[in-house]
Amino acid sequence: MELSFHTVMSQVMLGLNNGVFYAILSLGLAVIFGLLNIVNFVHGALYMLGAYVALLGYTMLGPLLGKPDFHLNYWAALVVAPLVVGLLGIGIERTMLRRLRKFDHLYGLLLTFGLALIIQGVFTNYFNVSGDAYDAKPEVLEGAVNLGFMLFPKYRLWVIVISLVVCFSTWFVIERTKLGSYLRAGTENPELVKAFGINVPLMITLTYGYGAALAAFAGVLAAPIYSVSPVMGSEMIITVFAVVVIGGMGSIMGAIITGLLLGMVEGFTKVVYAPASSTVIFLIMVLVLLIKPTGLFGKES
Amino acid sequence: MLEPRPEEMLKITGLHAFYEESHILHGIDLTVGAGELVTLLGRNGAGRTTTLKSIMGLVGRRSGSITINGIETIAMPTHRIARLGIGYCPEERGIFSNLTVEENLLLPLVVREGGMSLAELYEMFPNLQERRKSMGTRLSGGEQQMLAMARILRTGGKLLLLDEITEGLAPVIVQAMGRLIGQLKERGFTIVLVEQNFHFAADLADRHYVIESGVIADMIPRDELASSTDKLNQYLGV
Repeated sequence: MELSFHTVMSQVMLGLNNGVFYAILSLGLAVIFGLLNIVNFVHGALYMLGAYVALLGYTMLGPLLGKPDFHLNYWAALVVAPLVVGLLGIGIERTMLRRLRKFDHLYGLLLTFGLALIIQGVFTNYFNVSGDAYDAKPEVLEGAVNLGFMLFPKYRLWVIVISLVVCFSTWFVIERTKLGSYLRAGTENPELVKAFGINVPLMITLTYGYGAALAAFAGVLAAPIYSVSPVMGSEMIITVFAVVVIGGMGSIMGAIITGLLLGMVEGFTKVVYAPASSTVIFLIMVLVLLIKPTGLFGKES
Repeated sequence: MLEPRPEEMLKITGLHAFYEESHILHGIDLTVGAGELVTLLGRNGAGRTTTLKSIMGLVGRRSGSITINGIETIAMPTHRIARLGIGYCPEERGIFSNLTVEENLLLPLVVREGGMSLAELYEMFPNLQERRKSMGTRLSGGEQQMLAMARILRTGGKLLLLDEITEGLAPVIVQAMGRLIGQLKERGFTIVLVEQNFHFAADLADRHYVIESGVIADMIPRDELASSTDKLNQYLGV
């Protein structure tokens, strides 16, 4: 089989585009798991909610406010959706997850799984399962850029760049700043961090809120690419959990790198043997679990 | 400002503490005055560590009364208790392996003025300065203990709760810890020291509390220590 450089690179770039979504979402999961010890099954639903805040803000918010000409534009949605969903996350942590903290973290998983089903169910009831198009892609991001080896859609390039910026900023804050040192310490021994005067329960709430906001941010980025549908989150989250298992829970950089790489592997598989592209990540997951059960970047505990 | 009565820097009355179903402390009463150095002696499992943890609010449930400088803390969350000016050094040292030595040092919140600066701490513990970029748990046991002590001297807190700080250390390091405790006392720190035996702090401590089965069994002032050696050995099962 002849593999031209152009075909491979274009699929790898499109794969990277998927990879940044895996990276942002698995990063959020890793941050939440680190501090709350909860596998946040509602993450996919939060991602979907982010996309819906953008969509409904554009189509329905104006009429709802009695100003039919008002549309929440894309840039505003990039800020508003993470805020709204972040606050929802804070509410979930404060009213529900907090009560489960002294129990086995299996209960947190069950609770978030249930929440995901409820949110998805409600949206399925009111919205089109096959998806609605989000037409508010800004004009500056229309068209394509010549990367030298291929023409690449401007919007997708923007998504890759801004996602990488968000991922690596998050990594920087956690690994290299004072605030991050509280977080890392809280991951390791929350009781002692409290004894050092730090308000750990507040830190946990804000961390969960940040994880939720990241998911929503990814949802807004996804809206102009994929159609906005109630099941977009559950489809995405299955792959993201595989990414997290491969990368190893709890490593920030591990989550980012694994997400990006697996996106590209998926893209590359599309060129080599397209039917395998949707399963290749799960094959890798099986192999990794056989060889290194804690994941590529996971630490033995 | 109204100065609290110095004899009541820490006052514990009728303290009961529980871990889930097990009832560990059965009515502890003790007081520690400002500038005093007091030890809590007892056998393993007597409740010494639990007493320190209860002061910090780190047990499952506690009742009774614990006042810090006259402020009741029995219903306070741990981080607020710490902000009253308490430095806590846990038995297992609690060095964070994901943090560098310097991050470990800077972790505890500065709660008031008058704490030692990073430069002063590095002068006092030159080993820590050399290794300040290393991850915390790369240090030797002695260095880890120094780090666990050093990081609570920055906060400006004047009450130090130290749990078995000589456990598992080489004799030369134990001596260094002894000198350090002496220096801290001279600087005016109030110290509650949990120890297995009384020899380490015999020359430094003002008083020794003996804890047995979750209650205070005895209190021995410094000047009665020599005449109480037999009694103490019996308490401690030596």
